[in-house]
Amino acid sequence: MWEYTEKVKEHFLNPRNVGEVEDPEGVGEVGSLACGDALKLTFKLDKDKKIKDAKFKTFGCASAIASSSALTEMIKGMTLEEAEKVTNQDIADYLGGLPKEKMHCSVMGREALEKAIAHSRGEPEKAVEGELVCECFGVTDVEIERAVRENNLATIEDVTGYTKAGGGCESCHDKILEIINKVHGKPYVARSKPAPLTNLQKIKLIEETLEREIRPSLHKDGGDIELFDVDGNKVYVRLQGTCASCVASQVTLKHYVESKLHEMVTPELEVVEVAS
Amino acid sequence: MKVIYVDNNATTQVAPEVLAEMLPYFHDLYGNPSSMHTFGGQVAAKLGEAREQVARLIGASADEILFTSSGTESDNTAIKAALESHPEKKHIITTRVEHPAVKNLGEDLGKKGYRVTFLPVDRYGRLNVNRLFDSLSDDTAIVSIMWANNETGVLFPIEEIAPVLKARGIVFHTDAVQAVGKIPIDVKQTPVDMLSLSGHKLHAPKGIGALYVRKGTKFSPFVIGGHQERGRRGGTENVASIVGLGKASELAAAHMEDENTRVSRLRDKLEEGILDRVPNAMVNGDTNYRLPNTTSISFEYVEGEAILLMMNELGICASSGSACTSGSLEPSHVLRAMGVPFTSAHGSIRFSLSVYNTEEEMDFIIERLPPIIERLRELSPFWTKPKVAAAQ
Repeated sequence: MWEYTEKVKEHFLNPRNVGEVEDPEGVGEVGSLACGDALKLTFKLDKDKKIKDAKFKTFGCASAIASSSALTEMIKGMTLEEAEKVTNQDIADYLGGLPKEKMHCSVMGREALEKAIAHSRGEPEKAVEGELVCECFGVTDVEIERAVRENNLATIEDVTGYTKAGGGCESCHDKILEIINKVHGKPYVARSKPAPLTNLQKIKLIEETLEREIRPSLHKDGGDIELFDVDGNKVYVRLQGTCASCVASQVTLKHYVESKLHEMVTPELEVVEVAS
Repeated sequence: MKVIYVDNNATTQVAPEVLAEMLPYFHDLYGNPSSMHTFGGQVAAKLGEAREQVARLIGASADEILFTSSGTESDNTAIKAALESHPEKKHIITTRVEHPAVKNLGEDLGKKGYRVTFLPVDRYGRLNVNRLFDSLSDDTAIVSIMWANNETGVLFPIEEIAPVLKARGIVFHTDAVQAVGKIPIDVKQTPVDMLSLSGHKLHAPKGIGALYVRKGTKFSPFVIGGHQERGRRGGTENVASIVGLGKASELAAAHMEDENTRVSRLRDKLEEGILDRVPNAMVNGDTNYRLPNTTSISFEYVEGEAILLMMNELGICASSGSACTSGSLEPSHVLRAMGVPFTSAHGSIRFSLSVYNTEEEMDFIIERLPPIIERLRELSPFWTKPKVAAAQ
């Protein structure tokens, strides 16, 4: 049994603003029967261009109905510019929180709101942006990236809870992980064990890591590092500038350079300093 | 609030007679049945009695029954025993609508190098037995097919399959967890090699199961330990629960007629009452050949979790094959295997009765459920009220 807050239960059992507004200025429809939930949001503006009335129709579980009900309550009285800023987290917060697996219900609310706002401004229906990642639930990389960014998601399970992506056949899990890592600035590490690096790939990766990750921080201390050679898993480097004469350079090498290379390239690497 | 419990395929209440039989074995008669002293020995005697009771319910002899912790353990034991006893054979046959205890084990074994055939079912949840027979090979180590489906109640023709497999010399296991105690089963008439059953589905407590292993079936233990269960399942016996399962088996036999007449009529009444009052509702599965206590009804254009929670407000306990209730995002594998369209798969509700249900309870559900569906449909963007003529 889901642990719904009292507020979710209350909005589910006594939903506000059910139905469709007559002659609506804004109409937003998302979801489908196949997906298991869908929402049609309609609203009307007053003379000050504020949302005067908003109504919903929702097919879905208790949290989908509660999220829709909450959304209509929240946006009444808002200008379009204010309504535009409503996030899925705002909807969840309004309800005192939603179970993680059910966050996609709040995302559905925000998506319907965006569509309805665009519709009211006479903007053409946006083509689906990005490439399809999850074919089971029709979720694109752009949508996943946005959910990851806005909600600071860290795992595939989180992404499924927020967007449904990856909740079906699971064949897109590697792609989802790739997006999560991209957003958080980490290199993509496939869950399935990757093929071992060729020598050329390894050297390139070491060079890149030195250039991008290690050299900038050494520069700050007035030092520098140069790649001398790579032999098997031994990485020969030459230290320059203030680093070279520093007693602490061994520590720098071992703990900093090596750990960076382990993280970014492969854990087998060993760093060896050569005289300059 | 009074609870109306119509979720007996999930679990059942422990029968008062069962509880009474169990209680002395917690405090007064707590001896270890393996002990040499009389204090323990009398417990061993009671276990023997329980074994007889369970055996009698399915037409087996007592030494063909071994006690386990659950239906799941029984299923795992049976399938792994067959594989271990026939190490040269690498093929398993089962169906796409099995309980996870068999389905997920099959998928796991598939990853470990076994070839696993998951037989499909038709729109009514029925198995094509010829398709089963066609998929048999000399490499087949075991066929495992459920007797009754937990979601729809649909029965598989185990009586028809068993003799054919017997003649071919292929081990046949049936997960009869939902069938035992609800329909008459006699392993003398139906030559299955192994059969799983579970206590808490027939008014015994949770945490006790049994596996029938026909005499002469090659076996190898799943839980390795002491000499309990004649070396077939290690671990000190769950005495009180075994005593409870014995008593529950005796009661099930005594209630069998009631289950198949009165309970079956209550189920039919509930089903007809709902279908008469709710348009765009249909029963999932073969209504001619199913358990007497189960009905799975789909309500188009509404979602199962919402129905369950609204019924919950009235004290009605049922379950759903909808995606939202399980934490997964797809409707149940059973309904998908049957090809139930999405319009109705998401709105499926399972009612499963027991001998403790009453006519009044059915009347209550028949009265209170239709307004719930109507209300949710009013919320649904897909629902357009059918014309009066169409509703008839």
